[in-house]
Amino acid sequence: MLYREAGEFKASYAADQAIFPIRQERSGLAIILAIALIVLPALGNDFLITSVLVPFYVLALATIGLNILTGYAGLVSLGSAGFMGVGAYACYKLSSLFPEINIVVWIFASGFFACAVGVLFGLPSLRIKGFYLAVATLAAQFFLQWCFVRVGWLYNYNPSGAIEVPVHTLFGWPVTGASATPRTRYYVCLFILIVMTWVASNLVHGRIGRMWMAVRDMDIAAELIGIRLLHAKLLAFAVSSFYMGVAGAMMVFLWLGAAEPEAFNINLSFLLLFMVIIGGLGSLIGAFFGAALIHALPILLRTLPAALGLDLGSATIEHLTFMVTGGLIIFFLIAEPLGLARLWQIAKQKLRMWPFPY
Amino acid sequence: MRRTTWRSIAAAAALGASCLGMAQAADTIFVPLFTYRTGPFAGSGIFIADGMHDYLTLLNERDGGIGGVKIAVEECETGYDTKKGLECYEAVKPKGPVLVNPWSTGITLPLIPRAAVDKIPVLSMAYGLSASARGNVFPWIFNPPDTYWDGMSQILKYIAGQEGGLDKLKGKKLGYIYLDAGFGKEPLPLLDQLAKDYGFEVKLYPVAASEMQNQSAQWLNVRRDRPDYMIMYGWGALQPTAIKEALRINYPMQKFISIWWPSEDDVRSAGEGAKGFKTLNWHAASGDFPVIADIRKYVVDKGLSQSPKDKIGTVIYNRGVYNSMLIAEAIRNAQKITGKAVVTGEDVRRGLESLDLDAARLKAIGMEGFAGPIKLSCTDHNGHRPTFVQEWDGNKFVKVSELIEPLSEKVEPLLEADAKAYAEKNAPWPARSEGCDAKS
Repeated sequence: MLYREAGEFKASYAADQAIFPIRQERSGLAIILAIALIVLPALGNDFLITSVLVPFYVLALATIGLNILTGYAGLVSLGSAGFMGVGAYACYKLSSLFPEINIVVWIFASGFFACAVGVLFGLPSLRIKGFYLAVATLAAQFFLQWCFVRVGWLYNYNPSGAIEVPVHTLFGWPVTGASATPRTRYYVCLFILIVMTWVASNLVHGRIGRMWMAVRDMDIAAELIGIRLLHAKLLAFAVSSFYMGVAGAMMVFLWLGAAEPEAFNINLSFLLLFMVIIGGLGSLIGAFFGAALIHALPILLRTLPAALGLDLGSATIEHLTFMVTGGLIIFFLIAEPLGLARLWQIAKQKLRMWPFPY
Repeated sequence: MRRTTWRSIAAAAALGASCLGMAQAADTIFVPLFTYRTGPFAGSGIFIADGMHDYLTLLNERDGGIGGVKIAVEECETGYDTKKGLECYEAVKPKGPVLVNPWSTGITLPLIPRAAVDKIPVLSMAYGLSASARGNVFPWIFNPPDTYWDGMSQILKYIAGQEGGLDKLKGKKLGYIYLDAGFGKEPLPLLDQLAKDYGFEVKLYPVAASEMQNQSAQWLNVRRDRPDYMIMYGWGALQPTAIKEALRINYPMQKFISIWWPSEDDVRSAGEGAKGFKTLNWHAASGDFPVIADIRKYVVDKGLSQSPKDKIGTVIYNRGVYNSMLIAEAIRNAQKITGKAVVTGEDVRRGLESLDLDAARLKAIGMEGFAGPIKLSCTDHNGHRPTFVQEWDGNKFVKVSELIEPLSEKVEPLLEADAKAYAEKNAPWPARSEGCDAKS
């Protein structure tokens, strides 16, 4: 009733080809942005902002990165955490060598380092596919993590082996380190996320995205219609690693504040892959759904018993959270193997017919 | 259909409420305990959690809290995961904790700069950043009774004692097997320094956290190198695995010395052959103390403890008790200094800084002979207490050495340099602005 395009006329091809062709979708997006920009920081407490939303944004960005590679270009990668680590360590080195330069510049710049490393480890993707590629990227994961532990130069020879983030300011406001307020960090994260999601959306809906999807669906056919596989696959690795590098830098600088190499272990790679699969392969909104289901939901579940006045042991809550989250993942995958994004699409189609489906 | 919708709306509302507002109790002292009863380190973490929890419960049950104020104890499960630990920190922060115990070096590190901003002292008991022992640089961080550097120097002194003096270390080959994370890597600079000073050779056998239960490669190297002594800095599953592997290559257990973290279960699981395995310790490894008897009477018998009965009074459980004793004494001290009954994080920081537990005080709290006296000051947040070596006799740990003082003349300059380097790397590091209470 409310959600339908009847009466909306397109006067140009551009309007007809828009990503959000229906007015309701555009206003929905505006409402979501308004909630993220105004309502949540105004009403949420520090816990919601620092422990739920900031990590959610960081992981959503990393998931978008992996989705570009796995969902759009069809290349499975298990090295995501390693590439995130490259971003984090690059940002740490850059900001400790040139502390006077704006930290947001370094966060973006560190993406290029991850990008270069990603391209390097993406080279085998020209010859191998599927599970075999996953194993090859697994090598990247282990090698990079080994570097973070072994190469002292990367962490400035700290005796603790960890990287620590000092205070950096942006226009006089501290954005990293202990004195940065949660809201400042929140807005910086949100800004980066919005900009990069917008760029990703333009990439995947344009010529490059179609090239990736052609390669994903059948690489021989793609080659026959004139797509250069080398070019397309390495570009996917480059863009994807760039996103993950930026997300990694954000993770250490805007979320954790200090990190040991363990922060970038294989578990994180798997989590990101699960977020992509459960959210929906080849869908940007799926990246958000996936990150929310796997990261934010368990945190909210953990606070639920206390909110309901149940006195459960902390370990019991932890186990319950694992079980409930696991159950939900299985439920959603059975309900819709193509991921939450597909469920969302079905819901929207149903809503268009509602209340008179034929 | 309708009912489920309402139910899910109610659940969502409850979720929202839990995020947006949190209740706060006014007349209790809130002590959050970051514990890990799950995950790869749970084997060690459960003992710690039970020990810490039971001692604070004892104070609530027997004495009605500290200074007449009940302690609100809340456990938060970290799973030894830094991200979850920070989540716990954010979750407890609005409730006004008087201090936090991260129980993981990885969680301690990001909390170090935040402590001063949030006015919540961090008590990282014998773990965390060694340099945080310097109270003039880290006014909010406390790591009594020993740093990992003290521990390493004590192990070396013990080895030297076995060999007949520090000069006899020359030409010896020492193996160092460690968790390849901040914790295990921390003693490396000291080890390098001492190797140069005393002329011994160090062989390093790092074990990655993901590889804790698969150490055959490391021990193959040990068999090749045949070090005269093995030193271990491990935690969780690393320790029982290392002991088993050492047995498999027939490494002499008498010469295998660990920092203070292995529990009885870690050693017992290796079987009979583990006899002679040694660890450092600074407190009792048995339950024959009035305080443990009281825990049995007031906590365990009332069913308020999660701990199995036979684990009460084991070494790592006792470590948890010792940790909670420090918390309680710091709170009591803070009450004494400020005259307030309900103290804040700022007060407890002062309480920790002027903590002075002498033998008489330890006796009064039922811990005579449980641990040695300890005194902290504004510049020294550690105490650098002597420790002793205990040996596994097949059934329990037995003290086999005199108290060993750390090599302070070697450790102190390193602590000083490292604290300075930390402040420089994290510039602008705030200069200490907190006042100093004279001895209370």
